[in-house]
Amino acid sequence: MFVQILDLVCGGLLLSGVLMLWRRELVAIVRLLVVQGVLLAALAVLLGVREQSVELYLVAVGVLVLKAVVLPGVLHRVLRDSGDAREAEPLVNVTSSLLAAALLTLVAYAVSRPLVALAPSATTRALPVGLAVVFLGFFVLVTRRHALSQVVGFLLLDNGIAATAFLATSGVPLVVELGGSLDLLLLVLVLQVLAARMRLTFGRTDMDELQELRD
Amino acid sequence: MTALGGLGTAVLIAPLIAPLLAGAVAALLGWRRAVAWSAVAAAAVILASGVLAAVATSDGSVLVVGDLLRADALTAVMLLVIGGVALIATWSGVGYIDQELAAGHTDARGAGRYGLLVPLFLAAMVLAVLAGNLGVLWASIEATTIVTAFLVGHRGGRRAVEATWKYVIICSVGIALAYLGTVLVYYASQHSGMGSQGSLDWTVLVAHADRLDPGVMRVAFALLVLGFGTKAGLVPMHSWLPDAHSQAPAPVSALMSGVLLSVAVYALLRYRVIAVAALGPGFVRSLLLVAALASLALAASMLIAQRDYKRLLAYSSIEHMGLVVLGAAVGTPLAVAALLLHILGHGLAKSVLFCGSGQILALEGTTQISGVRGLLARRPVLAGTFALGLAALLGLPPFSLFVSELALARAAADAGLGWAIAVALVLLLVVFVAIASHGAGMLFGRPPAVTAPPGAGPATAPVPTAAAVSSVLTMTQVRPQALAPVRSAAAGVAPLVTGLAVLAVLGVVAWPLDQLLHAAALIAGTP
Repeated sequence: MFVQILDLVCGGLLLSGVLMLWRRELVAIVRLLVVQGVLLAALAVLLGVREQSVELYLVAVGVLVLKAVVLPGVLHRVLRDSGDAREAEPLVNVTSSLLAAALLTLVAYAVSRPLVALAPSATTRALPVGLAVVFLGFFVLVTRRHALSQVVGFLLLDNGIAATAFLATSGVPLVVELGGSLDLLLLVLVLQVLAARMRLTFGRTDMDELQELRD
Repeated sequence: MTALGGLGTAVLIAPLIAPLLAGAVAALLGWRRAVAWSAVAAAAVILASGVLAAVATSDGSVLVVGDLLRADALTAVMLLVIGGVALIATWSGVGYIDQELAAGHTDARGAGRYGLLVPLFLAAMVLAVLAGNLGVLWASIEATTIVTAFLVGHRGGRRAVEATWKYVIICSVGIALAYLGTVLVYYASQHSGMGSQGSLDWTVLVAHADRLDPGVMRVAFALLVLGFGTKAGLVPMHSWLPDAHSQAPAPVSALMSGVLLSVAVYALLRYRVIAVAALGPGFVRSLLLVAALASLALAASMLIAQRDYKRLLAYSSIEHMGLVVLGAAVGTPLAVAALLLHILGHGLAKSVLFCGSGQILALEGTTQISGVRGLLARRPVLAGTFALGLAALLGLPPFSLFVSELALARAAADAGLGWAIAVALVLLLVVFVAIASHGAGMLFGRPPAVTAPPGAGPATAPVPTAAAVSSVLTMTQVRPQALAPVRSAAAGVAPLVTGLAVLAVLGVVAWPLDQLLHAAALIAGTP
């Protein structure tokens, strides 16, 4: 039972990551981030039930609030202010993106072989999903032109890392978890301010504008 | 291992409290002469505690405060680096911000923000080197990205926003990868026979390092080199560095090059000890060698046709960090002692150069190398210190970088990596020629046709009365006496000359640091 729910949650994480490569409307992408936040919280709860750890329940609540409510809220506000609804010309078309996603998932399975081999169990066997989401986040970061899409890519990367941390170690010490969440929140707030400044200075939040600094 | 009671606690707590207090003062009072000098005082406190820690730990003992803070000889070296570079940068920053306010490049809010963020940055860096827990080390390095984001974008305008965006995104990705590496190290420690409660405490991990799973540690160390290497300016995640350094205010660039890059390398040094014990020397050495040589090659290639002198200094930082990581790749105690001396020397030299370049920018109004000509003839004191700073950076005697580079070469040859150091020396030669020719172009050559009287700086006519009152600390003056430009130039140049003097002393006399470096090398080196 535990294994089935775990596989469902992890499958959902991977699927939502791939869907982010498919959809181009920024509103839809932010909605997918909310879904991922909920799934991550569910993962923490699941592991909390398994480990009988109150700490994990607290972490689950924190993750839910941060990744499913606060961060998407900040992104929505940036979206609303900027008025852009859609990703501009993507660097890589949808078909190639989906093919790349498949390839990256395979690479994730290869890279995580030693990680699973250390302590094979139902939770660690799902580790490749976490790494796959990390690679997908990297891919989004590198191939998108819109400033907000780059933030989304970074958040996807961070979700993948959080999932890997949960699956491998059932969370890190609470101090580190708190520090990481606080930094993430502050980071996104910084990026929000920067995006506003970018709009003021350039008129749009498109990476194509940021070409002045070069050798 | 001894805890030296009250003095030990003070040595560890003071460098954290002092910059936090300076930041609080800035938050309350905005930008003011007292606030500016409080930042300098905080830097002096950090340096003083570094000296005390050095004295206490040179014999190999360790200062601890509970489970959180820990200072061994390696920490003491880093505290000296942070304190020394911060002292030069904050001292120079006093005049820099005043001059920016006078010229209208920034407003009171911007200056207040500067006054708050610089001490916070110093506090985060001190926490990173005092942390006994690798998770706290990671968190404080992550915190610096947030603190410095608005420092890089201080000036405002298109280029500053572009530089800040690239800086925040790239460094955040890097630090996220370092987080994953830390998690994987924790994962390995959970299954290494110390019970199911793993540990992120550095001493515990070093003790259990040989039982950490090599497969997991390999992935973890690769991620850590990639992640902390981003903050250190190593290839391939280096592209934020030239942009951020060229757009940030000069004292901030000095702090980033001298302190931030150094602390990121320090993190790599701490992890390297664990990794070598878990994996053996081969994999670790190869990985670090690749990063080091790639960074050296990139820096050399980008320096040849460089047009902007601040970007020139930034690429030089990448080059020197490549050299330092080469030393880390060698990993023997001699190499570690050499690289620590190099970190100190590079930090001081780079801060002298960046602060000097800030004054050149104020004078000339351009960061293009081709826009600055005949500096030696027009501003001999400033140009002289800049020239000496370049000489120090290029590894000329009597400055300490000559000694550290020589020691690195010797250590590499002893360890059988002669080929690597030979490649590095060829690249260093390319760098030498590039920087020397660009520097010579700036210092010599025919100065542009001067229409203002020789004693005047560039047209800042409204400034004189305020300048006359605070003449000691402004750098541009419009006064007819021949003495006045010399006096104000001297005040602006004082921190630079101090830095150069320390560099020269370190290069000639071994004894101040000899024992300390030896002790630190025993901690971080692997024979």
